[in-house]
Amino acid sequence: MTSLSRDDVAKLAGLARIEMSEEELVNMANEFTVILDAVARVQEVAGADVEATSHPLPLRNIFRPDVVVPSLTPEEALSGAPAQEEQRFRVPQILGEE
Amino acid sequence: MIRSNATEMAAKLATGEITSVALTQAHLDRISAVDADVHAFLHIDTEGALAQAAAIDAKRAKGEKLSPLAGVPLALKDVMAQKGIPTTCGSKILEGWRPPYDSTVVANLKKNDIVILGKTNMDEFAMGSSTENSAYGPTHNPWDLSRIPGGSGGGSSAALAAFEAPLAIGTDTGGSIRQPAAVTGTVGVKPTYGGVSRYGLVAFSSSLDQAGPCARTVLDAALLHEAISGHDPKDATSINAPVPQVVNAAKSGDVKGMKIGVVKELNGDGYQAGVRARFEESLELLAKAGAEIVEVSAPNFEYALAAYYLIAPSECSSNLARFDAMRYGLRVGDVDGASAESVMNLTREVGFGKEVKRRIILGTYALSSGYYDAYYGSAQKVRTLITQDFIRAFEKADVLVSPTCPTTAFKIGEKANDPLAMYLNDIATIPVNMAGIGGMSLPSGLADEDGLPVGFQIMSPVMKDERMYLVGAALEAALLSKWGAPLLDKAPIMGGAR
Repeated sequence: MTSLSRDDVAKLAGLARIEMSEEELVNMANEFTVILDAVARVQEVAGADVEATSHPLPLRNIFRPDVVVPSLTPEEALSGAPAQEEQRFRVPQILGEE
Repeated sequence: MIRSNATEMAAKLATGEITSVALTQAHLDRISAVDADVHAFLHIDTEGALAQAAAIDAKRAKGEKLSPLAGVPLALKDVMAQKGIPTTCGSKILEGWRPPYDSTVVANLKKNDIVILGKTNMDEFAMGSSTENSAYGPTHNPWDLSRIPGGSGGGSSAALAAFEAPLAIGTDTGGSIRQPAAVTGTVGVKPTYGGVSRYGLVAFSSSLDQAGPCARTVLDAALLHEAISGHDPKDATSINAPVPQVVNAAKSGDVKGMKIGVVKELNGDGYQAGVRARFEESLELLAKAGAEIVEVSAPNFEYALAAYYLIAPSECSSNLARFDAMRYGLRVGDVDGASAESVMNLTREVGFGKEVKRRIILGTYALSSGYYDAYYGSAQKVRTLITQDFIRAFEKADVLVSPTCPTTAFKIGEKANDPLAMYLNDIATIPVNMAGIGGMSLPSGLADEDGLPVGFQIMSPVMKDERMYLVGAALEAALLSKWGAPLLDKAPIMGGAR
């Protein structure tokens, strides 16, 4: 049986950039015990001799000619921006003060 | 006018018996009358739809040659980008967002002069089987308003069953077109993966997602299928090959000599008695129509659900990283001195619902170092085994069939607190997505015990989508002559209460 602790879920939530309340963390940890048991069944048949499939189509790289085509205008590209300044996306501070 | 099917509407438009403006207005009136109860729509574009209809009427008046569905209205799942029209994916994180571009599906609809009425409700980011995960409240099944219309595309299927639209677009990652079709008594088709462009379809699980047609008849679905299909250079996974001849197949419905394979593992225990009875009856009708029924086995399908709930969350945890509060959508906590990371954390806490968070966390776990091989890696191997099961089965049969879902529509709220019970709903639809093949659900009647619709699923090999239309059309014709009228005529569509 696999289980996740409240702290495990907190770490994953941090990696996934989702703030979670104490209640959410505890509930999700409980749910995951059941869910992980169910999904872990894949290990029963996934032998070393079985190849992995990541995609239904046998795809190779798809290229297009490197030519300039019309794209969104700056106004269109910024039309959904939560905040903008001087034709740019305005974002919160990304780097520290130093 | 709204009770006929899309093919009949198109014929009346072509002869000038009705105009697209009148037809569109009739549907808008129907939406006004019933959608407070059904809640199929998240946004209704009255002005845009009527303007589009008027332009099509003008083209027709000038004698321009129009496409087969020109002037017929359609409901669009809110996961497809439509320029200037709110596109939420049923999520608070995209509330108020208006895409600056059209998805290829929308571009194809417009090119074919199909009138877009509005955007339909769905489980948030298409994660769910009931539309209960929509941030804007659930959609109600027109057969019984206390029941789910399926999901994630429950808005599209309910709009069809409530006669709010004769055509709709859905997307299917693990059954989100077929399961809603099954529980509402409508037709839904998941084309071969790559058959319809994913450009502008907001991604949930990129290797599984596929847009497709929803309608009230097999031929209507085929006409819409053809209208939205084709190679698209904007989608690198779009198949560059001729579109399968689905319309011809739907018109023919000739199954003489075809081999229909019953998948042994997708029946029996866990399937409701009424679901099994309707399935057996449909098989008899297909045999009478000249098909040969054979049994096939797909031993690895029992692992499909487990593999799906690793692959889809893994891909979703990566795809939904784009909702970072920086370029579009919701932004929360952007106070003086707040870091970008804290704004992302707060925005995603407020913007995502419970099921979306659950899947992002599960995917993050399955992809994390130390667990990758045991979970995501093993799930990818199961995917290979399922694909091999299909290849072997298609050596014995031209198409495969099963019930679409193990049960009829359940009550709203019944499974909301049990994610695993909810996931089990998709047990028969998920293998199709894993292998990227085609799948259709069409109504096979009502379950005796509850009087609710039952779906019949047909699966066809990659890019042989025409085969499921042949079988679907044959079964539909046989059932229609048995019933004497379309199944939806029995629905208590608001007039008489159920």
